Amino acid sequence: MITQRVHRDLARAISAVENRIVPLSAARATLAAQGHTPAAARADVVGITGPPGAGKSTLADRLIEGLRAAGETVAVIAVDPSSPFTHGAVLGDRVRMQRHAGDVGVFIRSMASREAGGGLAPATRDAVRLAEAAGFDVILVETVGVGQIELEVVAVADCIVVVTVPALGDSVQTIKAGLTEIADIFVVNMADRPGANRTAVELKHMVHEGRRDIPVLQTIAQDGTGVAELLKAIGAYRRAEAGNTGRAVRFEVMRRARDRAALAAAALLDSPLGAGVFAQLSAHQIGRNDAVDTLLEMLGGPVHAH
Amino acid sequence: MPIKVLVTKPGLDGHDRGAKIVARALRDAGMEVVYTGLHQTPEMIVTAAVQEDVDVIGVSILSGAHMTIFPKIMSLLREREVDDIVVIGGGVIQEADVPKLQALGVREIFNAEATTQQLIDGIERVVAEFGRDRARRAAASST
Repeated sequence: MITQRVHRDLARAISAVENRIVPLSAARATLAAQGHTPAAARADVVGITGPPGAGKSTLADRLIEGLRAAGETVAVIAVDPSSPFTHGAVLGDRVRMQRHAGDVGVFIRSMASREAGGGLAPATRDAVRLAEAAGFDVILVETVGVGQIELEVVAVADCIVVVTVPALGDSVQTIKAGLTEIADIFVVNMADRPGANRTAVELKHMVHEGRRDIPVLQTIAQDGTGVAELLKAIGAYRRAEAGNTGRAVRFEVMRRARDRAALAAAALLDSPLGAGVFAQLSAHQIGRNDAVDTLLEMLGGPVHAH
Repeated sequence: MPIKVLVTKPGLDGHDRGAKIVARALRDAGMEVVYTGLHQTPEMIVTAAVQEDVDVIGVSILSGAHMTIFPKIMSLLREREVDDIVVIGGGVIQEADVPKLQALGVREIFNAEATTQQLIDGIERVVAEFGRDRARRAAASST
């Protein structure tokens, strides 16, 4: 059961991993020791992504409303951008969701994106897992306003809702390359604005050219129009596919493998072995390409990536 | 780790230019600022502060309702068993009320003439003096 104490302890657990004070496993152990256990084995995680100002937070607010009406508890992790210059951030997503403040079945946490560049914060995935461990049924993850290639939400969410709005110039352009490949559901929000139908039709055409059959829905988050259909589409997706696509697993393994490879490479470059290669390079005994090949060989992988 | 601050405006007082300027200034000072917007009840403020696990709640009040709002915030925090979030206030608050608010546990009151730099310095000071030590808290709760 979700209580005020769950809120407090979950919030503190998220801070502890967000600030790298303890690892995820320790934070989860603490939650368990505090008596917080999930009702179900896993939560369904719904990602909400799309360009800035598309109405992601307002839509999240409507989804909370619908999910609560269906008796499900909801945690929201909403990410806003950090300044790359001062590292400060203004986190304003919860402004659109505050009518749920009196409902203990709703937990909303903002996260600054900090140094991460993929549309989430470094600890978003951990925060989702902690919310799951604390017993929430559904977790909504709202990304920062994204362009085309901030796709980290794939590693976190089972079902991804890509939100766009009419008349973003050539509207489909803004969500073309990467985002269209990760969408499980498209939403054209602010559907009362001119051009909504055209945007939806363009998206449908694009979907039909692709491999998967992705719903393209229209909503007006502001007044709730179309939200019931969106909830139905999310529900159908949860029943059919949640967690079974392997997509999140692939993405996460690739990401961590890259991190590991980068760490190994950095260690080699800083090692005496690496220094030896750099010495040869600066003594003009070997050329730049030879140095690269030698170092890659030392790493143990194939010299040429392709 | 950055200081996390809730900037909030309770009650009926209907403009938030000042609070937005404050939010921006704190951001530019490297803080993570959760901005709640206008018309917050003490319940909403405390719920947001707990969920966000902020270091500081900064309450902007110009309406004169501070002697009802602050006691409510402080008692809700106690009710939720949260004792390590620092509460500060700013806006139009009569000199005579400042000691009363301090007695309630409000750590700092900034008047309307305070500069944003004084605010930033003040927040850094109260966090250093009264704020939680997150590392110690995490270690204590895991044992």
